[in-house]
Amino acid sequence: MSLPLLSSIIWLPILGAGTVLTLGEHRQNLVRQVTFGFAVVTFLLSLGLFTGFDPTTYAMQFVEDAPWIPSFGIRYSLGVDGISAPLILLTTFSTVLVILSGWEVIQYRVSQYMAAFLVMEGVMVGAFSAMDAMLFYFFWEGMLIPMFLIIGIWGGTQRVYATVKFFLYTFLGSVFMLVALIYLAYTADSFNILKLQALDHIGLNTQILIFIAFMLAFAVKVPMWPVHTWLPDAHVEAPTGGSVILAAIMLKMGGYGFLRLSLPIVPDGSQYLSGLMIALSLIAVVYIGLVALVQQDMKKLIAYSSISHMGFVTLGTFAAFTALSLGNRSAAVLGMEGGMVQMISHGFISGAMFLCVGVLYERAHSRLISDYGGVANTMPIFAALMVLFGMANSGLPGTSGFVGEFMVILSVFQANIWYAFLAATSLLLGAAYTLWMIKRVVFGPVANDHVAALSDINRREFIILGVLAFFVLLLGLWPAPLVDMMRESVGHLVDQISHSKI
Amino acid sequence: MTFEMLKLAAAGPEILVLAGTCLILMVDVFRSQGRTLTYWLSLLLLFMGGGMTLLTFGEHVGPALNGHFIRDALGDLIKIFIYLTAFATFVYSRDYLQDRRQLKGEFLVLGLFAVLGMLVMVSAGSFVSLFLGLELLSLPMYAMIALDRNSATATEAAMKYFVMGAIASGMLLYGMSMLYGATGSLDLIRVSETLHRMMEGHAGQEQLVLIFGTVFIVVGVSFKLGAVPFHMWVPDVYQGASTPMTLFLGTAPKLAGFAMLIRLLVGTLDPLVGQWQQMLAILAVLSMAVGNVVAISQTNLKRMLGYSTIAHVGFMLLGIIAGNPQGYGAALFYIIIYSLMAAGSFGMILLLSRVGFEADLVEDFKGLNDRSPWFAAMMGILMFSMAGLPPFVGFWAKWEVLRAVVNAGQLWIALVAVAFSVIGAWYYLRVIWFMYFEKPRDTTPLIPAVDMGVMISANGLALLYLGVFPSSLIAVCLTVWGVR
Repeated sequence: MSLPLLSSIIWLPILGAGTVLTLGEHRQNLVRQVTFGFAVVTFLLSLGLFTGFDPTTYAMQFVEDAPWIPSFGIRYSLGVDGISAPLILLTTFSTVLVILSGWEVIQYRVSQYMAAFLVMEGVMVGAFSAMDAMLFYFFWEGMLIPMFLIIGIWGGTQRVYATVKFFLYTFLGSVFMLVALIYLAYTADSFNILKLQALDHIGLNTQILIFIAFMLAFAVKVPMWPVHTWLPDAHVEAPTGGSVILAAIMLKMGGYGFLRLSLPIVPDGSQYLSGLMIALSLIAVVYIGLVALVQQDMKKLIAYSSISHMGFVTLGTFAAFTALSLGNRSAAVLGMEGGMVQMISHGFISGAMFLCVGVLYERAHSRLISDYGGVANTMPIFAALMVLFGMANSGLPGTSGFVGEFMVILSVFQANIWYAFLAATSLLLGAAYTLWMIKRVVFGPVANDHVAALSDINRREFIILGVLAFFVLLLGLWPAPLVDMMRESVGHLVDQISHSKI
Repeated sequence: MTFEMLKLAAAGPEILVLAGTCLILMVDVFRSQGRTLTYWLSLLLLFMGGGMTLLTFGEHVGPALNGHFIRDALGDLIKIFIYLTAFATFVYSRDYLQDRRQLKGEFLVLGLFAVLGMLVMVSAGSFVSLFLGLELLSLPMYAMIALDRNSATATEAAMKYFVMGAIASGMLLYGMSMLYGATGSLDLIRVSETLHRMMEGHAGQEQLVLIFGTVFIVVGVSFKLGAVPFHMWVPDVYQGASTPMTLFLGTAPKLAGFAMLIRLLVGTLDPLVGQWQQMLAILAVLSMAVGNVVAISQTNLKRMLGYSTIAHVGFMLLGIIAGNPQGYGAALFYIIIYSLMAAGSFGMILLLSRVGFEADLVEDFKGLNDRSPWFAAMMGILMFSMAGLPPFVGFWAKWEVLRAVVNAGQLWIALVAVAFSVIGAWYYLRVIWFMYFEKPRDTTPLIPAVDMGVMISANGLALLYLGVFPSSLIAVCLTVWGVR
């Protein structure tokens, strides 16, 4: 192991952030180019995770381990498996696109903007790859500060309300997770996550309490109904790049937390409360889908659509317990794989949709559906891409949006037909709110002078959206590489939750 | 009694500080124009005292001066940070005081005597020397606050502090006298031994005296630290005193108060641990509650930091009630980090102040990112560290206390503590909000003095550095308690 790959992916962007900050405000173009350079190099490094990944084992790969705080046995311990590696790739990929998307629209404090996103990238990769509970928490909380500043400095009119709400909500959830982790580490006499997962003989009541502590942190991040109310505000008020990172990656942290911590450490507690989690997921899918239907603001609509799609992730994860109780292991694996595929696919699709709205906002300075109409007349190329992403959001077969949802519905069908029925309504609702928005914004005659004055997307925007379109289609038509990568790890996780720890 | 029993070498740094302070006092009398010589001599003295303590760290361990002075590693560690925070206070205050022609020798000499008082308190081996140190700390501070004689609020603050401090000292003395009456000795070690024997023998009548004595001592110590319900003086004095005085008051004396707590409760009253632990638990929870909740509505930054001090003291007390060396080490680490953060925060207020303009409202920080991104970042680091967020060391300070509490089995207290921390995060966020998300009302360019700028930057960056690499300081704080 010549180059510590994970450490490089984490610290290179943070180093880049420092470099960019020292460049200052007077060389804005240089700042942008340097940031882009760091983001691209980080992405290329992360490809090493893909090429060097061994899909035949569920063990941690690219492991690094060094002492950090010896007084407590906290170690700087990194590693990835089939669950975290795709998420890291999604992170580095999204950051490149986000840097590109902020090229022209961000004019105030460019170096601080770019530095904030680079720091976020490093910290998020750190959270996905941390193998020590305290290192994980360090990175998990560390995400709050850059996001707080991004929304608050470069956001919309209500940005302060949105960012403070985001911060306090997430912080409150996370501190209970901290107490739970400290308690678990005391019981296991180690902070290593794998050792925490191997803890045995935990009583059911203790497991339920620990699960609730974890749930408070992860349910706020996902977000699950009813602790989702921070998301629409945060998404609407954040700058485009901030919305993309929030939707594409930060939400996945919640799902990752369930998969890495809640399920393996307290499987009986998770199983006991799985009915509640399934109910909350279905409420997210159906009720939030209906809420999305009545939105006037495009960004808010996509935000609610995000919550609805993340409902599939938690549904697939927790319906696995129902499947296992019926003795159907393959359905459980299918459901979890579907949830993971949905995470990656949703990263692409919602990222793309926020970027589309960003393109429109940069030109017409409005996010209201009523201010648009007939955009296809003046921006045909953009309209084609936006329609593609809208179809993907609706779950059209052939796009990545279908794969994850289909896998989850298939698995849930084998567990309980009513869950499947409710989950499948998302296909209906998703199409309803997305396509109705697309129809009102993109199709029809030119609605007003603002639309008539719109110019089509330039080369930079085309590259961003085009690359996303490529991956949406690729994942939709050929999801095998992704599913192969995660198969062993998901299988191992299902085995872990099949064994009772009481 | 022979001369050897005095063991003067153990008190070497304190003797140096005493001699140096008297020398500086004389130099100041005869040198009329400009005060900078006194200032530099004071800094030099603090540096020498701290350096001498650092070089002889862990040596000469044991009682000295006939048992009135105890030298140990814990005391040395606290003293080094007392020297450091006093040094920072003088550096941060110099420019502010010079602008207002208040950099008088009296300020520096009184400050040095207060430092000497703190050093004596930290190393106290008997009730007498503890009280002596406490008064040597308090009396110069009353005078220092009142130095700003043209300000009505400063005079009021000095009066309040003096009266409350006198009551607190009286309570402490009353408690000490009860313990003396019950045990027949003033020497802390001998009192502790006698108390052990008495508790084993279950002497009924004397027990009541002991409990009364404990209560009064806890009251006296809590007054000094500013724990609820003995906290009323903190916001008024913090706000009323001029900012250099608040800076001095909020940093080093907290370390000395912590040392007093340790010497009296953890050390001497160890046999009565069940009694004072319960008392401190109530004080801790109330302090976190009152401090965090009332700070939310404050518009004056100094007053807000005063309430936040109350909340931080409450959190620190949680480490004490954990009742084991891990908890004490956690509380020690917490108070050290707190003093660094407080020094930086008040230092930033001093940095923003100019002649005729006091930057003590939270509003005065509006748009600081536009005026000076670097110092806005430094204040940002200070505020986020106080809120307990990674990657700054304030997170590890809170974390270590939480760990001690959870490992001692007091899970509910840990949950209450984190809930109040989240409530508390709001008022720190508000400062960040004003600095980064608002436009500046005051667009005067911010050009601080070089030494001030360097010191604040070092202060802020230290919090970041210690946040990413906390292991050495954490290890030292645990080692002085004998933990691995």
